[in-house]
Amino acid sequence: MTNSRGRTTWLLVLLLPLAFLSAILVGRYGIRVEETFRALFGLDGVSEVFRALVLRVRLPRALAAACIGANLAVSGAAFQGLFRNPLVDSRILGVSSGAAFGAAVALLISAGTVGLQALAFVFALLAVGLVCLIGLCFGSSPLVLVIGGILISALFNALLGLVKYVADPLSSLPAITYWLLGGLSQARWETIGPLLAVTGGGLVFFHVIRWRLNVLSLSDSEATAMGIRIRGLRAFVITAGTILIASSVAVAGMIGWIGLVVPHVARAWVGPDHGRMIPVSAALGAITVLTLDAIARTAMASEIPLGILTGLIGVPAFFILFLQFLQSRGEVR
Amino acid sequence: MNLEARHVSYAYVPGQRVLRDTSLSVGPGDAVFVLGANGSGKTTLLDCLIGLRRPQEGIVLLDGDDLQRIPPRERARRIGLVPQIHEPVFAYTVGEIVLMGRAPHLGLFARPGKRDQDAVHRALEAVELRSLRDRPYTETSGGERQRALIARGLAQGAACLLMDEPAAHLDPHHQADVFAAVSRLSSEGFSFVIASHQPNHALLYANRVVFLIDGETKVQGPPETVVTPETLRLAYGMAFEIVRGAHGTRAVIPK
Repeated sequence: MTNSRGRTTWLLVLLLPLAFLSAILVGRYGIRVEETFRALFGLDGVSEVFRALVLRVRLPRALAAACIGANLAVSGAAFQGLFRNPLVDSRILGVSSGAAFGAAVALLISAGTVGLQALAFVFALLAVGLVCLIGLCFGSSPLVLVIGGILISALFNALLGLVKYVADPLSSLPAITYWLLGGLSQARWETIGPLLAVTGGGLVFFHVIRWRLNVLSLSDSEATAMGIRIRGLRAFVITAGTILIASSVAVAGMIGWIGLVVPHVARAWVGPDHGRMIPVSAALGAITVLTLDAIARTAMASEIPLGILTGLIGVPAFFILFLQFLQSRGEVR
Repeated sequence: MNLEARHVSYAYVPGQRVLRDTSLSVGPGDAVFVLGANGSGKTTLLDCLIGLRRPQEGIVLLDGDDLQRIPPRERARRIGLVPQIHEPVFAYTVGEIVLMGRAPHLGLFARPGKRDQDAVHRALEAVELRSLRDRPYTETSGGERQRALIARGLAQGAACLLMDEPAAHLDPHHQADVFAAVSRLSSEGFSFVIASHQPNHALLYANRVVFLIDGETKVQGPPETVVTPETLRLAYGMAFEIVRGAHGTRAVIPK
């Protein structure tokens, strides 16, 4: 058991840089290994166009993909522990619905990329803030938070519908629809600064607090009897997780399934102890989104929206995991 | 280690007191059984004793100090809760479950180290579960789970453990295993408050019994003097008799 965990760690340590490099290597201009490395290390013998492509398009996009994958997977893993429910994902507290509404408003009023990111981020936080307010008023148990999340999601979905309804069907409506499908085509150095900063801070937070998430996954009374100030810890985790998800959604739109499926795979590999599964989730999430984005860019003549790919791969993956979950409980044979 | 409830009362809804004027005390080596009908307030009493609920009247004292004024982490190093066994959502190993008991000894950002692993080792040894350390908790029997939860309390450093129906869902053999661990630990000076639905367990394993009747600790004392047909009728509203086995063991049976 210890051996296979050690192998998993080494596998991820190897795979993550490999996935990152591949993401920079592949693209519409063919795989040009030597030129790519020359561009990366500032050496001569490469055209300015290709250098700019590698340094100003592929590199920031790969960084964004890695960050977003890690963010969604880690916050999904933390939320699954916090809600004591392995079927929870990062959207449980309404963060995506809030972000979608914010982004749609930005596209409606043509607020530009920065405005879109800012509005998506702010409304994502606002949605979760409202859910937490409901929680505070009614005892902040996981059940109240889940119901609050459903209500606020529904509210923002209705508002999103309203924005779509009034949007110009020739310009802003397709823009909204396309944004909602999710993708990294907007990832440039100019647009991913906040994402990189937030990811750094958030992942460090979850890394240092990861063992405590175990205690958070016990019942409230057990954790409280162990001297844990559970409401405070829960508030910290929800805040950090929400900021990680919101910053990712603001850059990439709706990318589902990563926050649900990746933690399951991590748990199947190294067990449920958050001390081990949080770092594994982060690496695995990064690898997954890097790979999927590389496929999204190259599989067809025009780019496939990333949200569609994660769904196409996530749904069957989830179906298999869910069957295994039921089997482990003896509910299906 | 001394845990004492003095004239505690508690109401979930104002005016409807679940506990009224409840008093009990537990010292080193005690195994105090709390008997009472469903809804008599046993779990509420345990919640007050561990500090999860603050009594509206009266006070709970831990070694003479007001329990509510002791910082939660320090409290957790002195008294522990052993909940009823349940199916956990995540398949932690027995060792990982017990290790969580080290939380009150570790800072917010700390991870358990060698000292904590040693504490887990000792705690598992004390309940004779050392060989199950790496087994998923979900793949253990009910009796093993209950003992693992006792070990978690020991890993916390608690000298007093509050147990909520430790025999629930266990077959007689596993019940005996759990109470063997309790007896062994109380002979080493650990103390226990055990909420139970089994008067026979009180006769077998208690050194003091408290009857909780309508939220009041009406009768308390050594099991042989307080577990009588009269108190049992008062507590459960039905008739019992007490029979004596060939070796002097007494048992409660319905009449």
